[in-house]
Parts: sequence; C-alpha cells; structure tokens
Amino acid sequence: MSAAIELDDICCDFGKFRAVDHVNVTIKAGEFFSFLGPSGCGKTTILRMISGFIEPTEGVVRIGGQDMKGQRPNQRPTALIFQNLALFPLMPVWENISFGLEVRGVDKVKRRARAEELLELVELKDSADKMISQLSGGQKQRVAIARALAVEPSVMLLDEPLSALDLKLRQHMRAELRAIQKRTGVTFIYITHDQGEALAMSDRVGVMSQGKLQQVADPREIYNNPVNGFVASFVGENNILTGEVKKAGKGEAEFATAIGTFRARLGNASHGKLYIRPEHMTLSSKPGKENSVPVSIADVSFEGNFITVQAKAANGTHLIAELRNDGSATVPAAGTNMHMSFAAERASILPDTSSVGA
Amino acid sequence: MEHLLRRYGTGLTALCIGLTIFWLAVLVLLPNFTMLESSFRPYLAKVDEGGPLDFYSLRNYGMVLGNEVDFSIFGYVVQTPVRLKVFILTIVYSALVTVITFAMAYPLAYYLAKIVSPKSLPTLFLLLFVPLWVSEILRSFAWWIILAFKGPLNALLMTLGLISEEVRWISGFTPVVVGLVYTYVLFMVFPLYNSMQSLDSNQIEAAEDLGSPWWRTHWRVILPHAKPGIASGAVMVFMLSAGSLLVPSLLGSTTSGWFTQTIQGIMLDSQDWNAGAAFAFMLLLVCTIFVSIMMRVFGVKLSDIAK
Repeated sequence: MSAAIELDDICCDFGKFRAVDHVNVTIKAGEFFSFLGPSGCGKTTILRMISGFIEPTEGVVRIGGQDMKGQRPNQRPTALIFQNLALFPLMPVWENISFGLEVRGVDKVKRRARAEELLELVELKDSADKMISQLSGGQKQRVAIARALAVEPSVMLLDEPLSALDLKLRQHMRAELRAIQKRTGVTFIYITHDQGEALAMSDRVGVMSQGKLQQVADPREIYNNPVNGFVASFVGENNILTGEVKKAGKGEAEFATAIGTFRARLGNASHGKLYIRPEHMTLSSKPGKENSVPVSIADVSFEGNFITVQAKAANGTHLIAELRNDGSATVPAAGTNMHMSFAAERASILPDTSSVGA
Repeated sequence: MEHLLRRYGTGLTALCIGLTIFWLAVLVLLPNFTMLESSFRPYLAKVDEGGPLDFYSLRNYGMVLGNEVDFSIFGYVVQTPVRLKVFILTIVYSALVTVITFAMAYPLAYYLAKIVSPKSLPTLFLLLFVPLWVSEILRSFAWWIILAFKGPLNALLMTLGLISEEVRWISGFTPVVVGLVYTYVLFMVFPLYNSMQSLDSNQIEAAEDLGSPWWRTHWRVILPHAKPGIASGAVMVFMLSAGSLLVPSLLGSTTSGWFTQTIQGIMLDSQDWNAGAAFAFMLLLVCTIFVSIMMRVFGVKLSDIAK
C-alpha cells in the first residue's frame, strides 16, 4: 500500500541554473514527510521528479526500491495534488474522483460506489453529483484528496495544497490531512513554505534552500537544534548577534559581540552567528547570573497568550523577547531600563549555511 | 449608454451609435430585406412590374424542384431534381470540409497552445499568416496547378513510387474540398487555439498523473474544454464553405456543382434576380438550421460561440 522513497544524489538543471543540488534523502514507507523552504528553493522540482513530470539530470529516484527512470507519471504509483488542485471543472464530483478508475477500465457501477466511499472518507457525502464550481474551497480540497486516493497510490505528493485557503480552514485541513494519512497509511510527501504547516503535520521535515537540503529531522529537532543559520531563521524567529568565537570548549564557547561576551552552545563550526529565540529571553530589573544585557524597552505589544517586547541594547542592537502571559507577569513599560538575559544552553552559535547528506 | 455619454460626450456618442445603426440598417438589413421581398415576386418584364402579374408567391422557391436526374445515395439511385441534388451535395461536402479542417487544426492548435515554447510562438503564427498575404484567387490557381494531371503532385508521388501512373485529381469534388480546406483551415485553428490556451496545463498533468493515456486525456479533459472553440470554428468553416463561390468555380470539375454556382447562374446568366434571391435565402436558411441542429447535438450554446 505504501512505499519508501529514495532520492539518491539527485540533481536537476534548468539550462545553467541548478534547481536541485545533490539531494539525498530516504523517506520511509507510511511517513508524513515535508519539504520546507522559501519559494524557488527547488522543493516543487523535487516533487515533480518524484511524480515523473521531470527527469533528474543526475541521480536516481527509487519508489519502493524500484528505479523510476523512464517511467511516465501515468506509470508511477504516485498521486499528485496540485497547488491549484487542477480538478476537472466539466465533470461532476464523482467523475472527478473516479477518473483514475475510469482510466483503469473499472465499470461505471463500481466507480460510482468507490467514489461514494471516498466521499464518505473525506466527509463530503451527498456531493457526488455536484459540479466543482458549486463547492467551497475546503470542499474542493477534499475532492482533490479523494481523487488522488481513488487510484490507491503508494505515495501521495502534495504541492502546497492549503495555500489558497483562509487561516481557519487551513488549520482545520491540516488536522484532516494528518488524520487521512494515518487512516490510509499512505506515504505523504508535502511541499510547503509555511513552517507552521510543516511542523504541525510532519513526522519529519526536510528544510531546503537554494536547491540544497539543509537539515532533515523531526519537527522538534528542526526547531530546537537547527544545524545552521538558515534553518534557525527560516523556522521560527531569532535574535541574531554577530561576533566572534572565543575560548571554544567542549560543546560550548564564549562568543564576543558588540554588546558583550556570552556563553553559548557550539557545534562543529569555528565561526558563525549567535541565535537566541525570543521565547528564551527573560526580562528582569536586576542583571541576571549569566548572559545578561542592559536594555531600554522600546515597545511592548500585548498579543493575548504572549507579550512581545522590543528592546534596544546600549549600541542600538535590536532585541526581541517573547514573554508567556501567565496572568501575573508584570508587563514592562516602554521607556524603562531593564536587563535581558538568556540561558547558555538555549543559545547556539551556528554557521550561516551548510548542506547535509542525510 | 450613460457610461458612453459620460466618457465620450454627446457628439462622439451620437456618431458611434449613428454609424452602427447605419451599418446595421442600411448595409445589412435593408439589402437583405429587399432581396427577401423580391424573392417572393416573379421575374417580369419592366412594363409588367406592379401590374396584375406582379403578386407574391412561392413559385421562385419551387424552382429548386424540377428537372429530375439520377442521384445515387449509398448505391440506391433516386430520381432527384438537379438543383436539389447540387444543394444536398453542397451541404454534405461543406460538412466534410469542416470535419477535415477540424482533424487538421486540432493537433496544430494543441501544439501551438500547449507544447511549443512561448518564445517561438510569434514565428509560427507568422508562418501560418504568410499564405494569407497572397490573394485567394492566386492560391486557388496554385492548387489547380499542383493537382493538374501532369502537375507537381503526381510527379512527386510517381518519383516516390507511391503511384505507378498519374491520378486525375481534378475530378469530382476532390479539388474543391482540397481548396476549401486550404482556404479555411485557419478559421478552425484560431478559435481552437484560443479555447485550448485557456485550459490550465495542470489539468492535463493531473489526468496523466492519475494514469490516463494521452488519448483519454484528450477525450475527457482537453476536447470538452475546447468545445466552444470547436463549435465556433466549425460554424465558421461550414458557413464559409457552403457560401464560397471562388474556390468551387476555379477548382471545380465538370461533375462538382456547388449551390453558389447555381445561384450565380440564375442571377447573372438568366438575369432572374428574383429566383436567385430565393435560392440564396434557401441556402442561408438551411445552413442556419443545419448549424443549429449540430449545436443541439453537441450541446453547445450560442453564447459559447460568441466568446
């Protein structure tokens, strides 16, 4: 039913432009895997290479252990859900869903029954005879999923299918997609530039930039232990300080910046920048034990469950702290002078970029 | 109307509307109405006009029936009035021309709309348009030369060894059909191109991704989408072919009567404008009915064609 996918050192060139650059990754059978990256990073190209619309310039795509070279999209065990869904507007809903079965020569009665079954799975009963134009955005989404599931693919490929929906519906569909994936056990490969989507739905995430895979890990690892500056700043917010590594110790180093020297975690990089997430910053009226900076509060915005504090250090360096609103926290006032500090194990010295061969 | 007034002022608006009304009423409706009126009146000497012999009747329309000849339909020989036979053959061969132009234009339009890179599109369009710069008469004569008994087509086929002796191409309706297809194929290509271009390429890919072979993708996705373009192309090619006079006159053989030639004969040779008008209206009426039936059969609305 589901199959593993191996991308074995694949590259894709468009003329002189290298869209995908030596990507290596193995996606397990039944996994929900996301490719996350800004637009133009090559993630859609990867998807099109898996589905067979593009042949890789170098490298091998294997699905279920089989080399897919020369296999047309209509011969591969994949089903692609397009960004704009690409439903057939001139067919009613049930014919859309059963198109893949029609192609396989299934008779009309069985096709209709299967379409009804799938409509039930995506919670869209009684819509079989509607036309596509009569459906709402979320309903079209479900029809597209049902249409892809109808051919019983081993791998579902989803190209930012939620990007056209409004926020509420998007969050709802996330949960829905995840549930459908669990129910069917099909391998899902999801393409998105929305980190929230990738983190919330995936078993593992591959972060991409400029055709290269930067990091492959589960969502927590990606967020908590980014391997480089690109991953750290693309996934979530960061305070970024430039400076130099001094006194590198075991997994830790001192990092000298214009606003002070801080202790922070150090990977295998010898130079880089210091990254601290806003939610790991704390504010107090007295200097903290370590890694403390005197700041003046520039702006405070109350956002309900948390409070965002914009502050300036002595030389004008901009720092952001995100404080959890536990109901009792005193909200600092703009213009006051305070101390901002962070724990050494919550700050990382990371190189700007590096590629991984995961 | 208010919008027009606000935008262009009274003078220009009046001119625009005035010219449109003039074109429609004086240049289209009036002559057609005069023809229609005269088609019901007999062909009389000048002195008898307005006299006791000048009354409305359907006599001119009845002239299409008369002078029966043999008409072989699928092997059955039926006694048919000669003009009716010509009339029926004109409709049949115009339909054939329409089918052939469609078969030729569909792959070409698909290639232009979906396969060719946008960069080379202007060049290809230019290549399609260049023949139109040459007058229709010259192009028809060119075909007459190409198809001649000792002409280049026979010479080529003989050289290639495809035929062992010359074929007499200019016989029956063959040259007329060839000429009409050549003249009107672009009227099929462009509406088809327009309608295919508006098809989202993702739909073609989606069909392929779902396992569809190319022919089924065409049958279920591309063809239905292109239907309005097919309809408008087909109507144009059919109407133009049935109403064409030049090509059947130049490329016709002794056995290929076209109904427009019949009308021309009555109007110019017999000088019977009344009967000629009647025949012209019959052609218009029957073509319109035929097109309406075809549109009903293929489920196309008039508003689709106007797009």
